[in-house]
Amino acid sequence: MSEIETLVKELADKHGRKRESLIPILQGVVEKERYLSDEAMTEIARELDIAAAQVYGTATFYSFLDTVPRGKYVIRVCKTISCSMKNGNEVIKAISDILKIQVGETTPDKKFTLLEANCLGWCHKGPAMLINDTPYTELTPQKVREIIAEYNRK
Amino acid sequence: MENMVKLKIDGVEVQVEKGKTILDAARSMNIHIPTLCHHEDLCVAGNCRVCVVEQVGTRNLVASCATPAADGMEIRTNSLKVRNARKHIIELLLSEHNADCTKCYKNGNCELQALASELKNTEHMFLDLVERKTFTVDMYSPSIIKDDSRCIRCQRCVRTCEELQHVSALGVAHKGDRMKISTFFDRPMFEVVCTNCGQCVNRCPTGALIERNYIDEVWDAIYNEDKFVVVQTAPATRVALGEALDLPPGEIVTGKMVAALRRLGFNAVLDTDWSADLTIMEEGTELLTRLKKALVDKDPNVALPMTTSCSPGWIKFIEHTFPEMLPNVSTCKSPQQMFGAVAKTYYANKVGVDPAKMVVVSIMPCTAKKFEADRPEMRSSGYKDVDLVLTTRELGIMIRQAGLDFNSLPDEDYDSVLGQSSGAAVIFGATGGVMEAALRTAYEIVTGREVPFEGLNITPVRGMEGVREASMEIKDTLPEWKFLEGVELRTVVAHGLTNAKQVMQWVKEGKKSYHFIEIMACPGGCLGGGGQPIPTNAEIRAKRAEAIYREDAGKAIRKSHENPEIIAIYKEFLGEPLSHKSHELLHTHYVERNRY
Repeated sequence: MSEIETLVKELADKHGRKRESLIPILQGVVEKERYLSDEAMTEIARELDIAAAQVYGTATFYSFLDTVPRGKYVIRVCKTISCSMKNGNEVIKAISDILKIQVGETTPDKKFTLLEANCLGWCHKGPAMLINDTPYTELTPQKVREIIAEYNRK
Repeated sequence: MENMVKLKIDGVEVQVEKGKTILDAARSMNIHIPTLCHHEDLCVAGNCRVCVVEQVGTRNLVASCATPAADGMEIRTNSLKVRNARKHIIELLLSEHNADCTKCYKNGNCELQALASELKNTEHMFLDLVERKTFTVDMYSPSIIKDDSRCIRCQRCVRTCEELQHVSALGVAHKGDRMKISTFFDRPMFEVVCTNCGQCVNRCPTGALIERNYIDEVWDAIYNEDKFVVVQTAPATRVALGEALDLPPGEIVTGKMVAALRRLGFNAVLDTDWSADLTIMEEGTELLTRLKKALVDKDPNVALPMTTSCSPGWIKFIEHTFPEMLPNVSTCKSPQQMFGAVAKTYYANKVGVDPAKMVVVSIMPCTAKKFEADRPEMRSSGYKDVDLVLTTRELGIMIRQAGLDFNSLPDEDYDSVLGQSSGAAVIFGATGGVMEAALRTAYEIVTGREVPFEGLNITPVRGMEGVREASMEIKDTLPEWKFLEGVELRTVVAHGLTNAKQVMQWVKEGKKSYHFIEIMACPGGCLGGGGQPIPTNAEIRAKRAEAIYREDAGKAIRKSHENPEIIAIYKEFLGEPLSHKSHELLHTHYVERNRY
């Protein structure tokens, strides 16, 4: 069994093989693999005995279920209006400058991916961003520089 | 009256059964509410909102297709609020729709176009977004073209593929303004589990899913004087073509169709019904041979139950879904392909035409037949056995293009040979028909007597029930079939791939045991095929089925083995069913395909 087959089987054993098990399994794969490859989705379809197009449909609906390879740290900067009014764009620009990538891209060393996200729910402390599951708020270009430097040291 | 609810629509009182929708109630009183995502064959979706109506006392408009009628409801279908909303909905749909209608294959047969034409909106209310979107067109499949720029995301295709066919080659992917109808990873249709059945094409209200049409290729062949163009017509086309040419459903137009084909310029007008009779000879004998191997020789390798193999949608489905059961599928080619193989050998020789110069065109109720003709296995004559496949709809278009007034054409007969057929062949077009035709012949081979049903009508296998089981005890056999004495022949008929999957699952799990299984990919069998005129629904399917059995009853010959042209080909060319020659030309093999 390939690595992905084992992973999907483990996840299905844990979460079940019903239609409602699909999202936890997808999340489990993303957590481990950082994205959902076509191989992973085919495997999930086989394990749950549902159509691959349905797995793909569910995966593409959710922003956090990536279907393209991502870096080790996925940075999601809030793009909605509250953060934007507090200079959220400067934050994106700063990250872009530091990492030398545009929104949607991944660094060549596969360490960082820069994405925009819809409201993260931190409007009162904007601008905000997420790195994987950790939120960072009241960002400034300087603060962003320090945070990324910290991740770079990891 | 407990089951009834009373409501008022546009000021008129109406009673309908509990559970019926507002739309049903309005239709029962001949009030027309426009719909797009609604289809009689599919579950309620309520996502296009075109059918919104005003419910007095409720602030929001309600979707009439998705709202049950209730006691005391007061509905307005044509108030200012409704009219404005409907207008906006259509305009919004159009703002994202590639409305280049004159260049669209569905021009004149598009539900969105018809609605726009009803509204007569001549001004642009919204910004046209088509240019800003990155729509793609998938033209790689030999059967189906998927053009996202014409899609209104009503999801009829998605529901069709899931509910009727249990295939779900198409799903809904992404969200918001990027939401689209997509295959797995947006792969081309021919790379995924799509069976090419075309049921989605038959239900698509716009030009987003259409058959790949070969009309110009056929005209080119006809105009090419070096070519000898032969046409064959499938059983189910003769009871549906009329609908594409303004006749009501259920008309038998066999004679007019033959006349039209001759006037279009085909060199010979022949019949797939002829090769349907040939299929029965081969498939019936194959079944009896398998039974003999199982019962007498106790051969553990013989695969029973045997399933039919006429439906190319079913074949591709089983290749994807139950590849381990492929030995159970009859090795017989479909009538279309048997015809092609015989046309470019036996027939070419008989009429003195070089098969290299022969073009075999077939008229099919089916989009999967286009794929079938392209299969690499289908070249046993040394050439591509069937060159071009048109749907019933495409033939309708050609007849209009040629300026023929279909209704005033005389009834003409098929050319000979490969033109004569029995009633058993005609009923191939209906679910249960192949089973009935096979039983008419097999029973007689085994017992020397006709099937014990009045007028040869084996009614237990007829009907529109999704899965129909029937069994028949074989008594007083001829001496050489003694081993079948007292055997209860268990059969099952299923149509629509959801039902097919169910039956195969039973067989796989050992829950049911059968000898012979007939499966048709499309609801109703070929008469409800993906290539048949639009619309197709339960009522229309029933009318076409009634016409098919009427055609059968009116035939002088009712049994395949009594067709003189079939008797002749065995005498002159094939020898006997399952002979070496038969195997070479009339039988095939299948390939395992990806499950997901």
